[in-house]
Amino acid sequence: MDMLMEYVWAFVIGGLFCVVGQLLIDLTKLTPARILVSYVVAGVFLGAIGVYQPIIDFAGGGATVPLTGFGSLLAKGVKEAVDKDGLLGAFTGGLTSSAAGITAAVFFGLLAGLCFKSGSKINEK
Amino acid sequence: MNISNREYGELTKKRSPNSKMYKTLPKAFLIGGTICTIGEALLNLYSYLGMSEENAAALTSMSLIFLSALLTGLEFYDRIAQHGGAGTLVPITGFANAVVSPAIDFKSEGYVLGLGAKMFVIAGPVIVYGISASVVYGIIYYFVGLFMK
Repeated sequence: MDMLMEYVWAFVIGGLFCVVGQLLIDLTKLTPARILVSYVVAGVFLGAIGVYQPIIDFAGGGATVPLTGFGSLLAKGVKEAVDKDGLLGAFTGGLTSSAAGITAAVFFGLLAGLCFKSGSKINEK
Repeated sequence: MNISNREYGELTKKRSPNSKMYKTLPKAFLIGGTICTIGEALLNLYSYLGMSEENAAALTSMSLIFLSALLTGLEFYDRIAQHGGAGTLVPITGFANAVVSPAIDFKSEGYVLGLGAKMFVIAGPVIVYGISASVVYGIIYYFVGLFMK
C-alpha cells in the first residue's frame, strides 16, 4: 500500500508541476524556453530556502523529474561544495551535481542528431 | 516567417479555440504525471539494484533523457507534446527534447554551427540562468555562514 501511495503522489505532484506550467502557457505569453528557464531558477530558489527537499522526500520522482528538480539539484550541489571547499564551492557545486544530466543531454543530443533526419515536421516551436 | 508581435497575438487568438484550458490542463496533468511516475519507477528500480540514492537519481535522469532523445528522433515525442503541452515540456524529458529537436532539425546547416550550436538554443539559457542562480546562492550561503559562526 505504501508503495502504491508513493506512485500516486509522484503522479499527482508531478502532474501539478505541469499544470502550473500549462497555466503559464495558457494565461501568459511565456514561451517554452522562458518557462524552462523560470522552472530551473525557481528550483534553485526553492532548493536554497530549503522548501524543495521536503517535496522530494514526499513525492520522489514527482519532484525530481520536473525541471524545478534540476534547479534544486544545482542548489544542493552548491551547498555541499561550499560546506566542503568554501567560496570556491559556489563555482564548482552546481555543475558537479548536475553533471550526469547535462552530459547525458549533450551526448544523447549529439547521437540523436547524428542518427536521425528531420522529417517534414510542422515547425510550431 | 516574419510576423510582428501583434500579428502573433492575433494568430494565437485564432488558434486558442484549439487549446481551451478545460482540455489543456487535465492533459498536462495526466501526461506530466505519467512521465513523473515513470521516473519514480526507475528510481525504485535503480535503488532496488543497490545504487545509492544519488546515483539512482542521476541514472533516472539519464534514462529519461535517453528515452526522450530516442522518442524525439523517432518523431514520437512531438506527437505526444501536441497533447501534453506543459506536461511534456516541464519534465526533464522536455529539456532533452529541446536539445535533441534542434540538433536534428539544424543538422543540415552543418555539424558545428548547425547541430553543435543549435542544440543549445533552449538548453543554453536554461543552463546559463540555472548555473548563475546557483552561484549567487552559493556566494550568499558562504557569507551568511561566515557571519553565523
